[in-house]
Formats: sequence, structure tokens, C-alpha cells
Amino acid sequence: MNDLLHILLYIQIGLCVFCLYRIIRGPSIADRMVGIDIFGILVVGICAILSIITGKTFIIDIGIAWIILSFIGTLTLAKYLGGKSLNE
Amino acid sequence: METVSVILIIIGILFNLFGCIGLVRLPDVYNRLQSATKCVTLGTCSILLGVLFYFGFIDIGVKALVAIPILFFAATVAAHALVKGAYKFGVPLGDKSVKDDYKEEEK
Repeated sequence: MNDLLHILLYIQIGLCVFCLYRIIRGPSIADRMVGIDIFGILVVGICAILSIITGKTFIIDIGIAWIILSFIGTLTLAKYLGGKSLNE
Repeated sequence: METVSVILIIIGILFNLFGCIGLVRLPDVYNRLQSATKCVTLGTCSILLGVLFYFGFIDIGVKALVAIPILFFAATVAAHALVKGAYKFGVPLGDKSVKDDYKEEEK
């Protein structure tokens, strides 16, 4: 069972390569931001699988904090794209 | 219970895989955002549900259950703001797009 979980963890880490491809190759700035947004959600899945493997509680706290940080970062960049200043 | 949790995690990783393939293969920033956000959000929620089934209702499982609604709200709101910002920035639609409802509403 533990070996299967390790294999699933490596598959989930390997999915981040797709996001990195989109971040590097993206034709416009919006494509790069989509890649960063999806990368942030994938990291939460990595944290969830790691918390099963190691059995430690704090790793899922890192996941929750990562969701909120990714949310704030994406909203800020989206406001920058829309042409507004940040206090508007 | 461990078997159910591993099955849920496998389903979640399959959804993540389909979302990431869409992120690479689709032709347009709007298509990419739609495919990737929907599939990856649902897949990650399935993985977190697998954590809940693995541990039961102790602290770590309840934290995974709390993370699910936060993830739903945060990911969908961020994607909506991002696609609106991209449209205002002037990212063009793909070649095969046939209809632009937002442009007709602006007139």
C-alpha cells in the first residue's frame, strides 16, 4: 500500500512538468499566469498525499495556507492585467 | 477504508492528468483556463476526500475536509478574475472560436 502511495506521489509531482511547460512556453502573459494558478492547486494535492505517507498533521496546514496565498497572488495579477491599480 | 482512500486518490490523479493535458494541448488561453481549472479543482478535492477516508474524523482528516470548500471558492473566483483580466488586456481568441458573447454585451 505504501509503495502504491509513493508511485502516486511521483505521478502527481510529474504533472507539475505540464504546468512548467506552459509557464515557459506561454505565448502571452495570461498563459503564464494560468500555469502558475494550476501549479498552486497541484501543490495542495502533493501536500495531501505527503500527509498520508508521513502521517504528520502540519503538512495539510501547509496545503491550506498555499491555497490562500495562491488565491491572493492570482487576484493581484489579474487586477494588474485588467489595467486597474491595486487599491481600486 | 484504506482501499477506498487509494481509489479516491487514483480518481483524483486521473482528473489532474486530464486537466494538465488540456492545459498543454488546447489552442487558446480561455480554453486552457476552463479545462485546467475545472478538472484540477475536482481532482484535488477527490484527493483531500481520500485523506479524510484514510484517517477518519481525527484532526488531520477534519483539516482535509475544511480545505475542500476553501479550495472550491478560491480556485473558481481566481479563475473568473483571471479570465476577465485577460479579456480586458486584449488576449485574442483562438482561430476556431465562433462566438464572442462578452463583446456583444459591451456594445
